[in-house]
Amino acid sequence: MDKFLIFTVVGLTLSAVYAVIASGLVLTYATTGIFNFAQGAIGMLVAFAYWQLRFDWGWPTPVALFVSLFVLAPGLGVAIERVIMRGLRGSGEATRLVVSISLLVGLIGVANLVWEPGVSRPMSTFYEGRRVDLGVTTITYHQAITIGVALVVAAGLRWLMYRTRMGVSMRSVVDDDSLALLNGARPNRIAGISWAIGGFLAGIGGILIAPTLSLEAGLLSLLIINAYAAAIFGRLRSIPLTFVGAIAIGLTEGYLAGYLPGDNQYLAAFRPAAAVIILFLALLFVPNPRLRSRGQTKEFYPAPTGRGMAMLAVLVVVAGVVMATTLDTVDLITYGPIFSLGIVGLSLVPLVGFAGQISLAQLSFAGVGALTAAHHGGNGSPLGLVLAVVVAALVGVVVALPVMRLSGIYLALATAAFAVALDRWLFNLPDFDIGPVHISLFEVGSLSVAPLRLFGYTFDSQASLMVLSAVAFAGVALGVAALRWSRFGRQLVAMRDSEAACATFGLNLLWPRVGVFALSAGIAGLGGALYGMQLGSVAPARFDLLTGLPIFILVVVGGAGLVGGALFAGVLIYGVLPTAAGLGTTVAKINAMFSGLAGVGLGRNPSGVVPTLSEAVEALRNDTVALAATGGVMVLGYGLRLADLLGNWQFVVLLAVAFIGGNVAAMGRAEPAGDEPTSEPSLDDLEWVGLTQPWTPAHLARMEQVLDLDSMVPKERVAHGDS
Amino acid sequence: MAILEAHEVSVSFGGHRALDLASVEAPGGEITGLIGPNGAGKTTMFNAITGMVPTNSGRIVVDGKDVTSTSLHRRARCGLARTFQQLELFTMLTVRENIRVAADVRKRWARDKGDMRALTEEIIERVGLASVADERVTALSTGQGRLVELGRALACKPRVLLLDEPASGQDDNETARFGRLLGEVAATGTAVLLVEHDMALVMDVCDRVHVLDLGRILAVGSPAEVQQNPLVLDAYLGAGSQSTT
Repeated sequence: MDKFLIFTVVGLTLSAVYAVIASGLVLTYATTGIFNFAQGAIGMLVAFAYWQLRFDWGWPTPVALFVSLFVLAPGLGVAIERVIMRGLRGSGEATRLVVSISLLVGLIGVANLVWEPGVSRPMSTFYEGRRVDLGVTTITYHQAITIGVALVVAAGLRWLMYRTRMGVSMRSVVDDDSLALLNGARPNRIAGISWAIGGFLAGIGGILIAPTLSLEAGLLSLLIINAYAAAIFGRLRSIPLTFVGAIAIGLTEGYLAGYLPGDNQYLAAFRPAAAVIILFLALLFVPNPRLRSRGQTKEFYPAPTGRGMAMLAVLVVVAGVVMATTLDTVDLITYGPIFSLGIVGLSLVPLVGFAGQISLAQLSFAGVGALTAAHHGGNGSPLGLVLAVVVAALVGVVVALPVMRLSGIYLALATAAFAVALDRWLFNLPDFDIGPVHISLFEVGSLSVAPLRLFGYTFDSQASLMVLSAVAFAGVALGVAALRWSRFGRQLVAMRDSEAACATFGLNLLWPRVGVFALSAGIAGLGGALYGMQLGSVAPARFDLLTGLPIFILVVVGGAGLVGGALFAGVLIYGVLPTAAGLGTTVAKINAMFSGLAGVGLGRNPSGVVPTLSEAVEALRNDTVALAATGGVMVLGYGLRLADLLGNWQFVVLLAVAFIGGNVAAMGRAEPAGDEPTSEPSLDDLEWVGLTQPWTPAHLARMEQVLDLDSMVPKERVAHGDS
Repeated sequence: MAILEAHEVSVSFGGHRALDLASVEAPGGEITGLIGPNGAGKTTMFNAITGMVPTNSGRIVVDGKDVTSTSLHRRARCGLARTFQQLELFTMLTVRENIRVAADVRKRWARDKGDMRALTEEIIERVGLASVADERVTALSTGQGRLVELGRALACKPRVLLLDEPASGQDDNETARFGRLLGEVAATGTAVLLVEHDMALVMDVCDRVHVLDLGRILAVGSPAEVQQNPLVLDAYLGAGSQSTT
């Protein structure tokens, strides 16, 4: 009984924290339509700030609390709304999600930049060591404060929403913001206040939970997953139901902590994943959403052209060969993921770009691929690669089937939950059997992946693996382009715009949705298997949710519907950033925030930056002479590099100079043609007459002739002047 | 017997009764009009027939088959096709591709061996979109967008064609052409159910007209009968109205 009460209190304390964070989440989602993935990260940042003030600088607790909770937390909320979120009104759900996920990554980056990770930062609980005796059990002051704060928050929110003018405005905005606007509500002000309150609640949650967990940026930020689960109970709308959800999750975690047998390997890791599993289950009970119809999608991705795809494929393979022949093993390991994890980026193109669905678990599917390749690719059997694709696709189906009827935010949450469950729980399980199938995971923490053997050749060097993954990238890229040209591809793109219209043609939406999800998971599995071969041995940490987010963000920033978007992500994350990191530790730390910064800017350019980049080099692409000259210089440079007459840096500089020079030359050659004096507007440009040339009777006659009004208007009406 | 029969259909949104025991019939080979003031429940009737909103009571029968509890896509396979009051075009695709998607989807479930490319071209020609077939649909006018939706619906070779305000956004010439096109479609035996605010078009092309007001069917009859019906004049056109245009 005593034990039961103790763990009830533990559970309720957790519930209180989840409820406080989640109600902030619901408030901002309901009033501004933005699901704030960074809610936990805001709490994390405030907790760090509080630690800095209270424990590092030794400020008195009330002052530190006041500054953290009433200045920093709401200030951060308002700043985020003002600078980042306000511009997102009217953009697609995917874009809004990417921006808030980027914010999560960016804030973790900020925390790691200011507070060196891995350093111990002890933080005592409130009134450490003091307990209240409740007769049947005792409870620490910190627990009592936590539960009390949640109750005050609940009462305060209720009062705010139902008793104040502001609350009425907020609720009206939830119902219909344009109507609310007509009735004098001020959405900008309401959004600002919601975000301030959201930040404040996140801050409270962060400060209350940090001392009992650990002051760690990633850990605290991902606490938000537990809060999401609570918010799902309230369907992201109802604060009271969110509290109910929080209590259910907190108590579950409390009792699991108390009663789960610690010596059972299968269950030991279950507790941290419990919230995620509850989240997944809660999603099953979300009612079927109305079919999505055409929103204001600002995004547009043109279908790839055959010539463009051929050039891209050749370019990728050539780049792979050049890197394989010029870089040493250490550099090849660094830059290896450009193409292998670039394939994981490609897996997002059909899913996010064509079908408009969101998955945050692509790197987890890559992990499944790597795992499969490790177990079944012994002696380098190609069967390992094939199975990596198949198993990842099957796991994709298993994840997708229960939640596929949902879309947008719910699918994003379900996949995030899956990624966390895999990383925290499933990947760490010992072997088990499901019927006749024996399942082995990461038995001892890491597994070795044998290099592929094909037609007697073993890809056992980093150089050969670089070429292999470049070829695989090119192949998958062509496959993705072919998909876009195919019947299925058109169907996916159509579903992205209007699922309702597709259903009225007799299309069962479930199968294309599951199909594209499985395909995408399979592609990610291939990328993961190749990545595993490059690493030689793989561990679950390589494939966790936070590691995967930058790939997702940058593919969308590049252009989610474009093969070039995936290449952009791969080159940037695994090519440009590591190169830049070589310049110094500060740059390396800023790099960690890079994808966050890039994603936050997405609202400005929702179709991605690749089309802009591609336009910039259009002159060169269309100028055969300049293209040949540029290529010639590059080949010459490559020859010099191979002959060791140039170092790698000189070679890179030469390539850059050739590329820029080629572009400048091509633009210079193109200019005279475009600079031809435009001919005088003739009588054919009638709409400009009066602006570009003086008005003459000849123009009037011509206009009469062109419009031919006489023949269109019944004669008698003209006669009566009754037109 | 009518191909489409909606019997005493009721639909409520919260406390609001959008359809109240409303019945509509659309016989094959005819154009049936469904008119009524804004908010009368016309689009809700379309949504109830196609399965986009759940009904509280009533039955929907297509070709003698009760589809009341059938899902949206299965109803479409029974031969229902529709257009939307607010355009639901596939903005990343061209006019030709928009129509082709519908033809391809149908080909699959109908196990049609026919040439969908040829069907698409034929429909483009028929609805008069040949000159813009390779344009992205975002480049079109609203009127042309409605033709694309009609083309997509025709590509489903429907038994019942539901058109939700197809003439809005079209000029007089286009509307006249459109009316002729509807006549041709009906002549093939298809049942056409037309929701339209352009009374001239309704009176011109419809064989029978149903009048909805506040979720209830107020009158059913030939265009001439409906025009004379005092209830209709009172509720729909406003008391004392003399003209229908």
